[in-house]
Amino acid sequence: MAIKDLPGTGTSTQPTRLVEMSWDPITRIVGSLGIYTKIDFQRKVVAECHATSSIFRGYSIFMKGKDPRDAHFITSRICGICGDNHCVCSVYAQNMAFGVRPPAMGEWIMNLGEAAEYMFDHNIFQENLVGVDFCEQMVRETNPGVWEKATKTAAPNAKIHGYKTIGDIMTSLNPFSGEFYRQALQVSRYTREMFCLMEGRHVHPSTLYAGGTGTVATQQLFTDYYIRLMRYVEYMKVCVPLHDDLFNFWYEALPGYEHVGERRILLGCWGAFQDPDNCDFQYKTMTNWGRKMFVTPGVVVDGKLVTNDLVAINLGIRILLGHSYYDDWESEETFVPKDPLGNAVDRRHPWNMHTLPTPKKRDFAGKYSWVMSPRWFDGKDHLALDTGGGPLARLWSTALSGLVDMGGYIKATGTSVQINLPKSALLGPASFEWKVPKWSNAIERNRARTYFQAYAAAAALHFLDKAFEELNAGRTRSWEPFTVPDEAIGCGFTEAVRGVLSHHMVIRDGKIANYHPWPPTPWNGNPRDVYGTPGPYEDAVQNTPIFEENGPDSFKGIDIMRAVRSFDPCLPCGVHMYLGDGKTIETVHSPLAPFG
Amino acid sequence: MADAVVNVLWIPAGLSCDGDSVALTAAMQPSIEEIALGALPGLPGVKFHWPLIEYSLGGAEFLEAFFKAERGELDPFVLVIEGSIPNEEIKKEGYWSGFGNAPGSDQPITFSGWIDRLSPKAWAILAAGTCATYGGIHAMAGNPTGAMGILDYLGWDWKSSAGVPIVCVPGCPTQPDNLSETILYLLWQAAGRAPMIPLDEAGRPTWLFGNTVHEGCDRAGYYEQGQFAGEYDSPMCLVKLGCWGPVVKCNVPKRGWMGGIGGCPNVGGICIGCTMPGFPDKFMPFMDEPPGGKLSSTFSMAYGSVVRTLRDFTTATVDKEPSWRHKGKKLTTGYTKH
Repeated sequence: MAIKDLPGTGTSTQPTRLVEMSWDPITRIVGSLGIYTKIDFQRKVVAECHATSSIFRGYSIFMKGKDPRDAHFITSRICGICGDNHCVCSVYAQNMAFGVRPPAMGEWIMNLGEAAEYMFDHNIFQENLVGVDFCEQMVRETNPGVWEKATKTAAPNAKIHGYKTIGDIMTSLNPFSGEFYRQALQVSRYTREMFCLMEGRHVHPSTLYAGGTGTVATQQLFTDYYIRLMRYVEYMKVCVPLHDDLFNFWYEALPGYEHVGERRILLGCWGAFQDPDNCDFQYKTMTNWGRKMFVTPGVVVDGKLVTNDLVAINLGIRILLGHSYYDDWESEETFVPKDPLGNAVDRRHPWNMHTLPTPKKRDFAGKYSWVMSPRWFDGKDHLALDTGGGPLARLWSTALSGLVDMGGYIKATGTSVQINLPKSALLGPASFEWKVPKWSNAIERNRARTYFQAYAAAAALHFLDKAFEELNAGRTRSWEPFTVPDEAIGCGFTEAVRGVLSHHMVIRDGKIANYHPWPPTPWNGNPRDVYGTPGPYEDAVQNTPIFEENGPDSFKGIDIMRAVRSFDPCLPCGVHMYLGDGKTIETVHSPLAPFG
Repeated sequence: MADAVVNVLWIPAGLSCDGDSVALTAAMQPSIEEIALGALPGLPGVKFHWPLIEYSLGGAEFLEAFFKAERGELDPFVLVIEGSIPNEEIKKEGYWSGFGNAPGSDQPITFSGWIDRLSPKAWAILAAGTCATYGGIHAMAGNPTGAMGILDYLGWDWKSSAGVPIVCVPGCPTQPDNLSETILYLLWQAAGRAPMIPLDEAGRPTWLFGNTVHEGCDRAGYYEQGQFAGEYDSPMCLVKLGCWGPVVKCNVPKRGWMGGIGGCPNVGGICIGCTMPGFPDKFMPFMDEPPGGKLSSTFSMAYGSVVRTLRDFTTATVDKEPSWRHKGKKLTTGYTKH
C-alpha cells in the first residue's frame, strides 16, 4: 500500500487531513484492479477513490468476419473463472440467430452445468478469497477489539456447524491452516467435476454448441453428478447458518457497518436457466420465455421492481463513453435500427456499437479507462445499475417477481425466496428463506452469495429430476441441427456468476459483422459516463466509513477492500474507473506513487 | 540449492482470462495446498507470490517481492507468466496491459516491461496456458494489440541464467494437473532432485504432450471401425464434425479434465487444438471437418501408413504459429480501425 500526505479540506473549525492510499494490484480477485483513495482519518470516511484496471484485448474487433458458430468457443475465453457463462450466453444468442431450439435434454444438461458453476465459483470466491478478509489473522491485525469480542460471542447456530464462537468461525477461515478454508478448496474441486460432467472441461467448455450439447445423456452421467450434488447439499446445510452467524455478528459488533459498501438500490438481473418447455429462443416471444427462466430477470430500483420483461431490458441497454480510451462511433454504421418486434433500437445499444480503441497515457483528469460505461435507460434516466455481485440482484429480482416455483425445491414469494433441501447422508431436510434486506451493501452482497449457493443446489435437484424424466422416457437427444443464415441478428441473456451478462450478434454474408458481449464487471466497475454519473463502485466505496482500528501509519484498508470484494470483481471483463469529485483536493493533482 | 526457498512470482497480467490461475486451484495431483505445505518429500520451501490467493491486500506490500527479484535479491525464483504479450511498440502512447505502477510514476508497468525486468534474473520461466506460450486466442487474425507468446517475445532459443529453456504448459486453459505437475517438477529440479526438465521443440514437457488426442481418445475405436458421428450428440468419433484430435498434441482425453472426469472428444466436445502453436487460426472454423479429415477417415483401416504421413504433414502445419505474431513496430494482423 502506498501512503502520501495531502493538504486537506474541511470545515473552518475542524481542519481535515486527507491521506492518499493505494492498492495496486488488489489481490484475491480475478484480474488486475488498482484502488487509489483519499481518506479522511478524522471523519473516518473515504473521501475519494480512483480504481483502475489496465487491460485491453479486443474481442469485438477480432471476432469480425469469423464464422458465427465459433462465437461461443471464442467468447468463453473472455473469462477464466466464469468463461462457461459467456459460452452459454453465446449459444443462446446463436440459437436465436440460427432459429434453432435445442431438445429439452440439451437444456437440462446446460442448466446442470451452469448450476455447478455457481456452486463452485461462489464457494471458492466466498471462502478462499472474500473469507480471508473475515479470518482470524486479518481481524486480529485490523480490529483487535472485534476479535476480542468474537472470541467471547457464542455462535447461535453452533449446534449445526460445530463452531462454538464467532472467533472459531474466523479461525476456520485462516488461509491454508483453517479447516473451513481447506474444506472449501476441496468443495470447489468436486463441484468443478460436476461441471465437467455436463460441459466437458472447466472453465472453457468443450461440449456446448448452438443447438444443444455434445454431452451424451446416460444413467452414469446423471448419477455421477447426483452423488456429488448431495454432498454439496449437506455442505450447504452447514454453510448457510455459519455465514448468517458470521455476517450478523458484524452488524452487532460494529454498529454502522451496514454503510460499508452501501449504495442506492439499483439492481439488474438478466435471468438464468432456461425452461425448455417454454423457451423457443425467438425474439418475438422473449417476454414470455424470459419470465419462465428459473432465475427471474428484472430491474429493481429503490426496492421496487421496474420490469421483468427481457425485451424491455434489452431495449434499455446503453453503452456510454466518458473517460475511456475509445473514439465515439457516431459516424459509423447502425446495424440494427429496429428489433424484430419493430421497436427502435438506439445507436448506443450493443447491437449498434463499435469498438474503436485509442490507447493513451493514463490521466485521471482525462482518459484513463479501458472500459466503457453501460447504463440502463428507463425512459428518463441512464441508470447506473449494479449486480450486487450477482446473487443479491438475482435473489431480489426473483423474490419480487414471485414467479419461480420449482418442484417444491424453490419458491419465490414476492418478498422472499424459500429454498428447501432434502435429507442427505448425515443431516435431515433443511429449509432456508432469503428475505429482501434493508440495504444494498457489502454484508448483504456477501450473505446473498451463500444463499444463492443453496439456490443453485436446489435448482440442480429440480433439473436432475427433469433430466431423469427425459432419460427414462428415452428422449436422450441433446442436440438439434441448424444452418447459419446469411443475414440474422441474435441476443443472449443470462447471469454470469457475478451478475448480468448479454451477448449481441449481427450476421452478414454468413459471417460475424458485429459482436458485443457485456459482462457484469463493466456494469459494476465503470468510470463516470458522459453525463457525469459515477459507476457503482464509486458510490459504494465513497460512502464507506472506516472501522479499522489502525491509524494511517499501519492502515491496511480492510473496510474498503471488503466493499470492493463484495461485488466479486472479475477484471478480465475489464474495469478502469474513477471515483469521487468536487473536493478542493481535486486540484492537488499529484502522481499516486507507491511508497516502499 | 537444496535448502533454498524457491519463490514463485506469478504475473497474470498478460492478455489473459486468469483461467490458468483458476485451473491451478482445481489441481489435485498435486494440489496447491500440497505444494505450499510441503506435502511431498524432496520439495524445497516454496513461497508463492500469486495474486489469486495472496493473503495481503495487495499494492506495494504484494509487489515488494517483484522489485526485490528485479534487484537480484530473491534468488532463486521461478517466473510464471499468464496471458499473451501485447506489442506495446505499435502505438504512440498508453498501454495495452499493465500490472502495478512504476515507483515514482503514475503510469503502469506493462506486462512486457515486467518480463524485461525479471527474465534476466529468473531461475526459470514457466508460461502457463496457450496465450502465454504461443499467443493463443488474443493473437487471432485481425487483433489490434499485436499479441504474441513468450517464445516470440524472448526468442525460441532463450534460456535462463540457470540454463533452463522456457517451460510451456499450453492449453486453453491448462489441464489443471498438467500445470501443477510441471510446477512440482521444476521445484524438484531446483532442489537438485530431478534432472533438466525434458521439453519438446515447442517447450512442452514431453511426458505430457508426447501423444496426440486421438491416441488417448476412448472414441478412437469408433474411428477404427469407420463409425463417425453425424450429429454432435452422438457417442461415436467426432472427426467429421470438426475434431482435430488426430493431429493435436494433448493428453486430455486420456487424463480427463479433473480426477479423470470430463475432457474433449471423449465426452462429446470436438478438439479445437487449443494446446497448439497454430491455435486458434489454423483450426477455424472449428466446426468444419479438418482438411484431410475426409481422406484419413475414409481410409482409416486400410491405409494406416498413408494416414500417418498425412498426419505428420498436417501436424507440422498446425504446430507452427501464424506469421503475424512478432515483435517490432509494425502490426501485421490485418487489423484496421474503421
